[in-house]
Amino acid sequence: MTTNTILEMRGITKTFPGVKALSDVNLDVREAEIHAIVGENGAGKSTLMKVLSGVYPSGSYDGQIVYKGEEQHFKSIRDSEHKGIVIIHQELALVPLLSIAENIFLGNEQATAGVIDWDETRDGARKLLGMVGLNEDPDTLITNIGVGKQQLVEIAKALSKEVKLLILDEPTASLSEKDSAALLDLLMEFRKQGITSILISHKLNEVSKVADRITVIRDGRSIETLNKEDITEDRIITLMVGRSLEDRYPARVPQIGDVVFEVKNWSVYHQLHRERQVIKNIGINIRKGEVVGIAGLMGSGRTEFAMSLFGKSYGQRISGEVYLHGKKIDTSTVEKAVAHGIAYATEDRKTYGLNLIDHIKHNTTIANLGGISRVGVIDDMAEMDVANEYRKKTNIRSSSVYQVTGNLSGGNQQKVVLSKWLFSNPDVLILDEPTRGIDVGAKYEIYTIINQLAAQGKAILVISSEMPELLGITDRVYVMNEGRIVGEMPTSEASQEKIMRSIVRAEGKAS
Amino acid sequence: MTTETAQPGITSTGEPVKVLTVLGALQANLRDYGLLLALILIMLFFQYFTNGVLFKPVNLTNIILQNSYIIVMALGMLLIIVAGHIDLSVGSVSGFVGALAAMLMVGWRFPPELAFLANPFVAGAICIVVGALIGAAQGYLIAYHRIPSFIVTLAGMLIFKGLSLAILAGKSVGPFPAEFQLLSAGFIPDVVGPITLIPPSEGVQPLVLHSTTLVIAIVAILGMVFMAIRGRSRRKARGYESEPFGLFVVKNLVIAALVLFFCYMLASYRGLPNVLVVMGILIALFVFITKRMTFGRRIYALGGNLKAAALSGIKTERLTFYVFAIMGALAALAGMIYAARLNSATPKAGQGLELDVIAAVFIGGASALGGVGAVAGAVIGAFIMGVMNNGMSIMGVNIDWQQMIKGVVLLAAVFFDLYNKNRSA
Repeated sequence: MTTNTILEMRGITKTFPGVKALSDVNLDVREAEIHAIVGENGAGKSTLMKVLSGVYPSGSYDGQIVYKGEEQHFKSIRDSEHKGIVIIHQELALVPLLSIAENIFLGNEQATAGVIDWDETRDGARKLLGMVGLNEDPDTLITNIGVGKQQLVEIAKALSKEVKLLILDEPTASLSEKDSAALLDLLMEFRKQGITSILISHKLNEVSKVADRITVIRDGRSIETLNKEDITEDRIITLMVGRSLEDRYPARVPQIGDVVFEVKNWSVYHQLHRERQVIKNIGINIRKGEVVGIAGLMGSGRTEFAMSLFGKSYGQRISGEVYLHGKKIDTSTVEKAVAHGIAYATEDRKTYGLNLIDHIKHNTTIANLGGISRVGVIDDMAEMDVANEYRKKTNIRSSSVYQVTGNLSGGNQQKVVLSKWLFSNPDVLILDEPTRGIDVGAKYEIYTIINQLAAQGKAILVISSEMPELLGITDRVYVMNEGRIVGEMPTSEASQEKIMRSIVRAEGKAS
Repeated sequence: MTTETAQPGITSTGEPVKVLTVLGALQANLRDYGLLLALILIMLFFQYFTNGVLFKPVNLTNIILQNSYIIVMALGMLLIIVAGHIDLSVGSVSGFVGALAAMLMVGWRFPPELAFLANPFVAGAICIVVGALIGAAQGYLIAYHRIPSFIVTLAGMLIFKGLSLAILAGKSVGPFPAEFQLLSAGFIPDVVGPITLIPPSEGVQPLVLHSTTLVIAIVAILGMVFMAIRGRSRRKARGYESEPFGLFVVKNLVIAALVLFFCYMLASYRGLPNVLVVMGILIALFVFITKRMTFGRRIYALGGNLKAAALSGIKTERLTFYVFAIMGALAALAGMIYAARLNSATPKAGQGLELDVIAAVFIGGASALGGVGAVAGAVIGAFIMGVMNNGMSIMGVNIDWQQMIKGVVLLAAVFFDLYNKNRSA
């Protein structure tokens, strides 16, 4: 492996009105390495990459960018792409109703004089798809393939631009373990071919697995760059949060009572395809003060199950019974479910959780306006009190309750979603991926809130793709695969291997 | 554990910010009152270029009468646009309802046992109900069958344009009974009795004040100031300070002075027009609905993020349905005001009004994406358009130029608003 430096960023300082987002950040990346950048949310990782790729044009920041031995002044993304620097954002930039091939060559069409050569386009796409190991027809529409495959299309698109330096911003945030592993393998394959990658990730286990070197960023400063041999998760965490973190999961003594919530024979058919059964006769129960987890791969039907329970928000031809404190209840509309004391905090807080253009106060009270109003008239002061109370309870960091939620970091947005549901005072809380895409510190705070709720006697169901998290915070785990419950175990007896084994065994049976 | 997550621009103390700086409060207020300021500047501009005609009591009264139906519809349109929809049919619906009112009151010859239908009050009530039903029918298709509002109301526009032609048989129908005309042409009676400041005599303009108007103005101002002080002290009691005291005083004084000045001008002509009373009540009602009622709050949530609103237990379909029904009722009222003002229903009445209404709401700062907008903004937006129409007409600007200038103002207002938002984001 060569040790030539391909990219050097020196003394990068970027200020927004009133805020210093980056101050004196240094980064050097060697040719054909996988260089990870880690840091808490809001530490400045994405800003740094936007500086590099020309989203913030040269001149809007201080410092130098030296790429392949020459100082660069990128004025736009086009400039940086021209030099072989391609950035893949967390939110994928694909057009859903265009085909894979069209997306790959978007803005770079295989055309002469504006007339597209479709054979060339398809052949080129097929070749690129082969390189990323995606076996799909290039004419398939993006909307018809899963997120994992969409990610691969993005990478194929990057390859089509003859990428030398590939930047991936949280590429595995929404991927299953299997897809994540495949993606990381792909990066290692690229390394062999001499492509350099910069990987921004929250998932420390992945980072420590594939990265050659890691640069830690905290509070807009580059803290340290670690070499492969020095990388341990604990070391990274210590650098990231600026202190050592003895335990990633707050301790708690569970006090578990009788069964509060029970679902029997729950079946759901696909939202669009009437014949496809997504949830197959599921039965679960949660006790008072218990935190129950649902483990499973992406696409195993966990979110579909939760949303169909919560006011039939997903699917059709739903059947089955729901019991609360032993009595059968009707959860056929969200309003009824909420009235029975059920709350569902969505996995996708931006699309389903928050009104991003409105402030914290209004978002906190929207699911329980009855609690702050009389005959339809809102008591302004009561609302203010509620918003401030929950802002304090969930430790939302903002200038006031009048901060617009779209401007908050992921962790704080998640706390607003939690506040909203806590204020509806539920007995049963369903938390779908409650810590997705948020940093270590905020995760700890969310776990603490979950523990407090359990201590108050609430029944809590946590859906999570991160197995260590489930093992760390739950009392009992259900394992779900292809719409069925394929395993159930007390967390004290569970392990990642055991959970995976139930999934694999079930898949063996299914096929 | 005390985590100090790095977040640029966010104080991490967790304490509410108690006292705004004067500068900060001014900036926040400038954005809120910028539109009002723009309206005042436009009025002063035309006052100068019309050689003082604009602020003549009779002209101010005219501006209100000319724009009343636009403002009534802008109230409903604000809800529609905040909910993330659009209603292109309001002009035609108002025209149709005006035609219906004319046919009920003068056009159709009812048999004696049904003659009560021609009573202006009965006919008026029927018209409002019909308007609400039209809105409800469109709302039903939009909310429950998910046909885009643009298409449903475009169809509605064509249908009701045709229907008003049909029921009027292509002719103008009028005049209306005197009671009905009062809706647009009447003024509130001077129960307190006129005050004569300058008696009529040779060579001097007489000045007689409509004292009831002044009494109403003073009561309204006192009520407003009382509410402001009460709200402020309630906030203070709970530890939520909003703006510096000096600014609070100045702001309320300025608004009180403006209201008083305006009412004084009206009082020196014929007093408060009936239609202004109707408008005032409706504006107050809609401010209350949007600011203080759960119904209004839910509309903002719906327009801001439909999916999140649905998952928060809001009945999004029913809400959309109601919003369109309300719009229909307001369009009906506007149609009657318009017909009463012309004192006849014409087949062309109401055509193109929807564009003025929509423009008023957007000038008022509403977002085409939904979730953002204020009643006060829409009303001021309507007045900005109205004053420009009025001022340019007095100046003798050609209609072609008027249209172009109004278009440019609409663009400029929205551009300025977006520019402001981007800068502050």
